[in-house]
Amino acid sequence: MTPVRARILLVALVAALTISAVASGEERYRPPELGPDYVAPRVDWPAGRAAWQQWADLAALAAALLAASYLALRARSRAMLTALMLLSLAYFGFWRGGCVCPIGAIQDVAAALADPARAIPLAVLATFLLPVAFALATGRTFCAAVCPLGAVQDLLAVRPVRVPRWLEHALGLLAYAYLGAAVLLAALGAAYLICQYDPFVALFRLAPWGAWARGGDAAGRVDLLLLPAALIAVGLFVARPYCRFLCPLGAIFRLLGPLSWRHVTITPGECIRCRLCENACPFGAIEPPTGDRPGDLRRDRRRLGAALALLPALAVLGALGGWAVRNELSRAHPSVRLAERVRLEETGQAQGTTDASDAFYQTRRPRADLYAEASTLRARFAVGGAILGAFLGLVVGAKLVSLSLRPSRSGYEPHRGRCLSCGRCFAFCPVERKRRGLPPKPPPGKNGTPDA
Amino acid sequence: MTPANQEKLTRRAVLRGGLCGAAALSLGSLTAALARRARAAGSVWQIDPDKCVRCGNCATYCVLQPSAVKCVHSFDLCGRCRICFGYFDPKAGQYDSGAENQLCPTGAIARGRIEKEFYDYRIDERLCIGCGKCVQGCTTFGNGSLYLQIRHDRCVQCNQCAIAAACPAGAISRVPADRPYLLKTRDRP
Repeated sequence: MTPVRARILLVALVAALTISAVASGEERYRPPELGPDYVAPRVDWPAGRAAWQQWADLAALAAALLAASYLALRARSRAMLTALMLLSLAYFGFWRGGCVCPIGAIQDVAAALADPARAIPLAVLATFLLPVAFALATGRTFCAAVCPLGAVQDLLAVRPVRVPRWLEHALGLLAYAYLGAAVLLAALGAAYLICQYDPFVALFRLAPWGAWARGGDAAGRVDLLLLPAALIAVGLFVARPYCRFLCPLGAIFRLLGPLSWRHVTITPGECIRCRLCENACPFGAIEPPTGDRPGDLRRDRRRLGAALALLPALAVLGALGGWAVRNELSRAHPSVRLAERVRLEETGQAQGTTDASDAFYQTRRPRADLYAEASTLRARFAVGGAILGAFLGLVVGAKLVSLSLRPSRSGYEPHRGRCLSCGRCFAFCPVERKRRGLPPKPPPGKNGTPDA
Repeated sequence: MTPANQEKLTRRAVLRGGLCGAAALSLGSLTAALARRARAAGSVWQIDPDKCVRCGNCATYCVLQPSAVKCVHSFDLCGRCRICFGYFDPKAGQYDSGAENQLCPTGAIARGRIEKEFYDYRIDERLCIGCGKCVQGCTTFGNGSLYLQIRHDRCVQCNQCAIAAACPAGAISRVPADRPYLLKTRDRP
């Protein structure tokens, strides 16, 4: 570097420092020399949660998952599962305030995967991986008794109605769209959709005991309670609506569930096909036996072939659709919105400024810089939108394929993807009742049985 | 159960086992890929006072009410002005501690005379709602010794800070948990 260039740089640096000092208003009036008697008040800087506390949370999560798996698969106890569910609701929900949860951690993992420069805290990674690993080993035991969001809905499902099969399948696709959108927005740094629309987190924070735990007068925002209120109202009649139709982690579980190594069973022994459990599940997760099902094998094969052939076509169609809405998608990113606003203000199409554009002008960043960032982001959203669309096309196609399969079941079985391992069906199985020494027939209408 | 049926079940079981293994393997590789970049230390949300534009969102968007954001005072930086624009409403009729003359909507700043023309301004954190009105006044006309910080005894560390999502200046970001405040000048814990 030549001395002249170095001097220019130095001058520029000093000028920049002066400007920034004035911008933040520092030392406009020289702090006075005060007498020896004056002691400035000490400002204290309270520390956040200690590191060990996050490991304690993880240990609690692991213990709850182990307990839930044991209770569902080995002990087969609905009562104990309910007790564990209440404990989880109290600890992960009301005490810890619902963060970080495995559902929200999907976004942290997606963001870390997309951006190599971004480090993910180990605890957050483990929060996501633990329930997924358990789902692969023992099915959705996380949903059964660990997830506080599931617990709220489970306790409030007082009059569940039977959702028609076609509607169950169709609404179930919503969760994949939600998962895809959340992963895309998190990966491109636009928003944490799942957290923004968390159904019950406001409820957990409104509770006075949670506020007392944090030392005082805190309370949740009442307007944030509209979403939980709506979900609870629906959930009184449609059991666990968030878990079944919206939860992004549930969508991942539904993909992994059929592959799980072990899974909860309705009967502890051989199914005697008594049909008593047929209506036991408020989530529509019990599949009837297929043994002597009539049907045209050749027609079913043709249908499966057509569904398989449709798969790539749907993926391409989805990708095109996603690419077509790339501009709308990109507006989810605050920088793109800001660039559009600044452009409008620059060309005089918009009057006045917004808080965001004010903040931008204050940084003295060149407009061209912002526009360049926005166009990079738009290009990324075009690719991301296409991938999201292709994913959704594949999901729809895979649903058609799975509906065209001819599964073979010798008895009543829980659907490994949809079953939440809640254990409600145990009490309906006469084999189980015999094992327990209970009278063979369950009392009618117990456990919120949908009317047959 | 016919032998054919049994064979079919076995084939399914093998397929399922293989897919389960593949899923476990991909989960393992995902862990390996991310664990290398993972940090043991967590991170917490904090406001960068140099980026903050005092829009007032901190008071209203926090999931807590009152907000986890409070005003802090850097006493080393304060000019001890008699007429403090962080304290007085610009339309104040008199420069005394009458409620109508104060800028703070909750009267959370206590003003006291130190000596000569120098005054002391102390924030009562129990009353502060984090609206940033005083910060705006002090930054525009004074030394900028008043500024907003997320107080970690109150913050519940949402995975996505609701204020960060609403911040027009992008001033709220995650900082390492072992240095949880973004301080002005000589303030040190």
